Amino acid sequence: MTGQPLLRVAGVTRRYGTRIGCRDVTFDLWPGEVLGIVGESGSGKTTLLKCLSAQLEPDAGRIVYATRDDGPQDIFALSEPRRRLLARTDWGIVHQHPVEGLRMKVSAGANVGERLMAVGARHYGQIRTSALDWLGRVEIPRDRIDDMPRTFSGGMLQRLQIARNLVSQPRLVFMDEPTGSLDVSVQARLLDLLRGLVADLGLSVVVVTHDLAVARLLAHRLMVMRAGSVVEEGLTDQVLDDPQHPYTQLLVASILHP
Amino acid sequence: MDGYNFAYLDEQTKRMIRRAILKAVAIPGYQVPFASREMPLPYGWGTGGIQVTAAIIGTADVLKVIDQGADDTTNAVSIRRFFARTTGVATTERTAEATIVQTRHRIPERALGADQIIVFQVPIPEPLRWLEPRETETRKMHALAEYGAMHVKLYEDVARHGRIATAYDYPVMVSGRYLMRPSPIPKFDNPKMDRSPALQLFGAGREKRIYAVPPWTAVVSLDFEDHPFEVQSWDQCCALCGAEDSFLDEVIVDDRGGRIYVCSDSDHCGERRAAGHVGPQPDALGQPVEAAPR
Repeated sequence: MTGQPLLRVAGVTRRYGTRIGCRDVTFDLWPGEVLGIVGESGSGKTTLLKCLSAQLEPDAGRIVYATRDDGPQDIFALSEPRRRLLARTDWGIVHQHPVEGLRMKVSAGANVGERLMAVGARHYGQIRTSALDWLGRVEIPRDRIDDMPRTFSGGMLQRLQIARNLVSQPRLVFMDEPTGSLDVSVQARLLDLLRGLVADLGLSVVVVTHDLAVARLLAHRLMVMRAGSVVEEGLTDQVLDDPQHPYTQLLVASILHP
Repeated sequence: MDGYNFAYLDEQTKRMIRRAILKAVAIPGYQVPFASREMPLPYGWGTGGIQVTAAIIGTADVLKVIDQGADDTTNAVSIRRFFARTTGVATTERTAEATIVQTRHRIPERALGADQIIVFQVPIPEPLRWLEPRETETRKMHALAEYGAMHVKLYEDVARHGRIATAYDYPVMVSGRYLMRPSPIPKFDNPKMDRSPALQLFGAGREKRIYAVPPWTAVVSLDFEDHPFEVQSWDQCCALCGAEDSFLDEVIVDDRGGRIYVCSDSDHCGERRAAGHVGPQPDALGQPVEAAPR
């Protein structure tokens, strides 16, 4: 972890009318780091993630991203075309429900190849080769490349969504409950896969989850949110094994141990 | 015709449409919204094209109307008669004589000249609609020239059929900037749009959009480097006139499955026959050469 942070977040606040979405969130994300954001439903996790990934403009605060070419830039000061380009190339966004992040009416291969075509790839053979390569990396059989996403299982859809995001070789990936709608054994495989990909590609990840087990497996560092504010943050093991804030203690204590 | 203004529409409406046309010409390929009027025929029958024609037609114009290349099909006949009655202008079936050609589904085989205008009837103007149902979003995609997703459709074609199977309404880039639907013309006609000396106007009545390709504007069909754009070809010639370079329709000639291929552009075919070209089955449609439609 040298040089500068990939993402610098300072005082980000988002309100919905008089209600608070998230309040005064500040953190740095370093290259190769996985940051987990945990908390119960309605604690502002998703609002924060949407602000970070430029899907929602915060009411206050700055989000500075270290771009490849021009160094650190405030993402909301960038022009809209550049911001959209950034989101399509340098970032990935993995939604909880794959339907939101995939085009359900085109084949798996086209889903994976779309980002390549969006940045100007015009050679069918090369697009297809990359799509095949990425399907292999997320453990989808290569002969499913021309199948429609609706013929895929939930776990496969989520892996397809991940491949679609990673094909453009992003540096930063936002994940909103990536394992939320999967059963436990499929969750475990997906987490395994994600861990491998993150390590291999040196990705930085912000992962939102309410599942502390997911946080423990994936995240290096944790932020615990409650009612829009960050109540505790630190290394994952430290937060989960020695929670300081009463809310974190409650959260950790409410996990069932079979 | 008593009780109606020249060319059916009132002058204020024509003025509004002309403004939209001017804007469309100024921004090649850009879809200009306009206040489309109710016309005395249903949507889908060419209400957009008719309004554009009504806005530009003058007393000295000569109008030709074609539908699938032919002058004698229902849609072409009814629109031609509509303008004959509401304007009294001369109509023709000959491409060479026309100053305005209103068309559905074809561009005439004879190259258009600088003194001609072609008006296309457009059912769905938005090329990105198939993948993005939101108008706000497609407008933004046009504004930012985010057209990569359009290749997803071509990718699907190649993945499924081994080649780009889109055969009509084939997407084009106009002047290197705007992605445009050329209306449901066969892709055979796409090359004719490129740097055409004629002004090309497009009217979509139900969707309330007008767009244009000004003369001499570059129109490029989308493709892949390893699957380049190509037009349809046939392994036979026109049965009536023997043309090998025109767009052919398959016509069933009897109830025993007999079929022939004939030029879809009836004027082109007739002209060739009048000039002495004879195909392998000149009488297949029961029309002797000398009685060919002129």
